[in-house]
Amino acid sequence: MARMKFLCDSERCIECEGCVTACKNANETEWGIQRRRVVTLDDGEIGKEVSISVACMHCSDAPCMSVCPTDCFYPTEDGLILHNKDACIGCGYCLYACPFGAPQFPKQGSFGARGKMDKCTFCAGGPEADPQVDQQKYGANRLREGKLPLCAEMCSTKALLAGDAADVADIFRERVVYRGHRNSAWGSLEQGAQETELAAARQADLAYDATRGV
Amino acid sequence: MMRKPLPDQISAWLVWLLLVGCLISLPVAAQQGADARREAMQTMPGVTSDYWREVVSGTKGSTQSRSPGADSLIMIEGERWRELRNTWVSPGGAIALGGSLAAITFFYLLVGRIKLVNPRTGRVVERWSRWDRTIHWYTASLFIILALTGLSILYAKWFLMPLLPTSVWGGFMLAAKNIHNYLGPLFALGVLAMIVKWVRHNFFNLTDLKWFLKGGGLVGKGHPSAGFLNGGEKVWFWMIVFVGLTVVGSGLVLDFPNFGQSRETMQITLLIHAGASLLLTAAAFGHIYIGTLGTEGAFEGMKTGYVDEAWAKQHHDLWYEQVKDQAVPAEQVLSQPDQSAAPTRQAGSS
Repeated sequence: MARMKFLCDSERCIECEGCVTACKNANETEWGIQRRRVVTLDDGEIGKEVSISVACMHCSDAPCMSVCPTDCFYPTEDGLILHNKDACIGCGYCLYACPFGAPQFPKQGSFGARGKMDKCTFCAGGPEADPQVDQQKYGANRLREGKLPLCAEMCSTKALLAGDAADVADIFRERVVYRGHRNSAWGSLEQGAQETELAAARQADLAYDATRGV
Repeated sequence: MMRKPLPDQISAWLVWLLLVGCLISLPVAAQQGADARREAMQTMPGVTSDYWREVVSGTKGSTQSRSPGADSLIMIEGERWRELRNTWVSPGGAIALGGSLAAITFFYLLVGRIKLVNPRTGRVVERWSRWDRTIHWYTASLFIILALTGLSILYAKWFLMPLLPTSVWGGFMLAAKNIHNYLGPLFALGVLAMIVKWVRHNFFNLTDLKWFLKGGGLVGKGHPSAGFLNGGEKVWFWMIVFVGLTVVGSGLVLDFPNFGQSRETMQITLLIHAGASLLLTAAAFGHIYIGTLGTEGAFEGMKTGYVDEAWAKQHHDLWYEQVKDQAVPAEQVLSQPDQSAAPTRQAGSS
């Protein structure tokens, strides 16, 4: 049985927001609803800035599911966490429990009027039997068509990977092996790593000066 | 003619540029071949263990999303909130409510109803004015509705959900949430009115201390003295002041997310609201029992506004001494046809 997962390769994400746009386009979400977002830490700090694209992570032990007063979430065979908008009352508890800020609400009104919760479905739709109704309420069901989520499919640097956890892990492991890392298993190369790091820093300085000159 | 030598000059320049270019790029190429790890360090030098430490500690970054809390990759408070709510507040509340009901049942079986010691005199004194009763029943009915809907939000998924089809279940829960959210602020008005109207009766004095020492009449012989309100009633009043206002205040914070409260604020407020309202509900069970089934002659005070002299003398002797001149025959004040003979029987029938 497949277990679907997202993985964002932090060394490849260039904060182009392509995944955000692709998601919005594939799912035609309501105004104000953004199922996927890119978060940049240390924005603008040279040598420190890193971006990651994040949406629902389809947790194994999903916090949203365990705090929902109406139990509107359900796990699928593919290990996805989907939800039933007919049972959603818009209480916002899933948003308070979710570590990734995945649940979205169309409103933030008086008397707790939030509307129905909306979140990433891994492009797998919802529980409606009628495909048209399902598309209207939950967005695209690309998985049924044998396709992966559009955000990952359209990622220009292939930073965002989606699919069976084993396949995603294989791709990422291969990348790590090829590019190596200063904290990798080859401890004897620590010295060399430090030297290259120094060289990289020097190079970064040069690049910085060049852009400043222009 | 100047056109002829030009191509030769250009090609000479190009060759020279090529040579210089090769000379410059040679060491760079050699360096790149030397270590593949450079890629990671050059393209994304920021991806370090420190970066991941920042991510898991909930450091905020920048994002284009306008959703609340969108600027942090991992909100670490969520897991703690889930644990506090699901493993402490939710079972704790069930234990408090169940325990309260069990204690009342046990007390009823052990002690039974507190009966009037002396027979009714047929003469009554006014205890609660029309205003008092209006405020009481306004707040009480809202309290019951809010308790039922609030408990549904906390517990109904464990017993009601399996019984109902999804559409009915969803409709019921949506109604529960909306009723809770729209009536909540009205309940707040009731609590405030109660506090303003009754606070002057509720300051503790030495009589209350003696009342507490005798356990409200359970310890030793004879009923302890009490004024208009006894120590137990004053405790309930101050519970409404402190716990009730906590419930109301936290409820208002939760009810108006349009002011952009952060997720962390909402988490803490939800815990406070749930804990305080469960405590108030558990205590309310006791109040309801004492006011209806537990004490003969008590309920009619809040129903008709008048209590029998016998009840007043037994439970609030000091107050009775003050108002006994105002006692009137029951028929005179309770002359409505449906209540003509009722006050002596009402409490017993409940």
